Amino acid sequence: MANRYWNEYQKNIADDHYYYERSCIRQTFFPGSETAFLKMMQDELGKDIFDDFRLHTCTGIGYHTDVVPLETTMTVVARIFSLMKERGYENLVPSCITSFGVFTEMCHMWQEHPELLEQTRENLYKACKREFDMPKNIAHPSDLIFKYRFELAEKMKYRLVNRFTGKPLNVVEHIGCHYAKLFPDKGVGKAEFPYVLAGMIEAWGGHVVDYPERRHCCGFGFRQYLVQENRGYSVSNTKKKLESMEPYEPDFIVSNCPGCSMFLDRWQYTIAEMEHKTYDREGYGIPVLTYEEMAGLLLGYDPWELGLQIHQVQSERLLDKIGIPYDPKQKYNSASGKILRAPEKPENLLV
Amino acid sequence: MIDFGFAIKQTRQENLDKVSLEKYHKLLDLTPSFKRCFQCGNCSATCSARQFTDFSIRRVHTSFRRGEYDGLAEELRKCMLCGKCTLVCPRGVNLRSLIMNMREILDEPQKSGKQ
Repeated sequence: MANRYWNEYQKNIADDHYYYERSCIRQTFFPGSETAFLKMMQDELGKDIFDDFRLHTCTGIGYHTDVVPLETTMTVVARIFSLMKERGYENLVPSCITSFGVFTEMCHMWQEHPELLEQTRENLYKACKREFDMPKNIAHPSDLIFKYRFELAEKMKYRLVNRFTGKPLNVVEHIGCHYAKLFPDKGVGKAEFPYVLAGMIEAWGGHVVDYPERRHCCGFGFRQYLVQENRGYSVSNTKKKLESMEPYEPDFIVSNCPGCSMFLDRWQYTIAEMEHKTYDREGYGIPVLTYEEMAGLLLGYDPWELGLQIHQVQSERLLDKIGIPYDPKQKYNSASGKILRAPEKPENLLV
Repeated sequence: MIDFGFAIKQTRQENLDKVSLEKYHKLLDLTPSFKRCFQCGNCSATCSARQFTDFSIRRVHTSFRRGEYDGLAEELRKCMLCGKCTLVCPRGVNLRSLIMNMREILDEPQKSGKQ
């Protein structure tokens, strides 16, 4: 009986042949994450995943801030689907949680209102003489890593264990709101028991921190951040979460949303500057990783190749705990080998 | 400090572990009918003082039951004790008694009020 009940919380994730849609903002915020994901899928798991250079925005940020009308969003999304059709793929894997939410929402609207689908077909054809089909399966990259977490675990060199104490690392997992709160049945574990990141953490040896504000929004909220005067609402939400998790002494935070990873990380600097408050004992802050960075580190990928130096809260202390080697001299080297200038140090947050 | 152009908003979240509800429980002992209040707002709607000031008895006793006592004593001085709120209360809460006891508890917490 219990198993049957839990089956309702499972999501259908395609086995192979994926069409990858890169994110607009992740390539800037977490420059190594998407490349690491493709490497995992292609080299570690041997899956067919197509990275199309012709892809473009889904309009997600503009759509959620009411500067892009619904009809435009539908037509732009339809163009992405038409590019996928042209390449012969049916399983869409959008890197960004917002894109995942937008694609799911548009497909849902087209299913509920066929007249909107017909209108979008007409708009797309008028605009660029293209035709499209809806994807058979839309899965987020975190779904795929969750699905293959045990296969990846076999290839991993490290585990989420503190090598000094032998205890599992305390990991806070944060799921993007647009992953399962819009359409609960599209997320592993639905909105109430999202298991997509918790499943990875448990499979890889860590301990999931269950704290009071675990399901609270990170605070990004699009308009809360995009208008400068409103940013107080955004940082207040993040502060609430950080204060709630602080007593559990998390070793790091992992998230599957670009906005969440960005703001849980960067607002730690802002709060430190404004209120002289940091959320770990020593004053370094709590490192925030994407799920690809977490998986990549455990697989033995180079931390600087993964782009950890781009984060606000630096991760050397976490790497030391897991036992991952790194070369401090290579930290600010560019891809061409040129040594870049180290960033300025903040006043109140240690780096 | 760097001027970011915005400030961190103070939370309105209530942490009941950190709030002392001693005065609220004392008020319940003195005016037990207050337990029946379901915050319909009829008291505020009929309030004479409300017509001339921003006094809201509903807001005052909501704050009181949350343990937020700042400014309540001053607020309660706007009440003229006419008793219309007691007449319209659908749950029979003795609001005049409630207001008098709130005033006493807030002004002189060591004293006990009267029913």
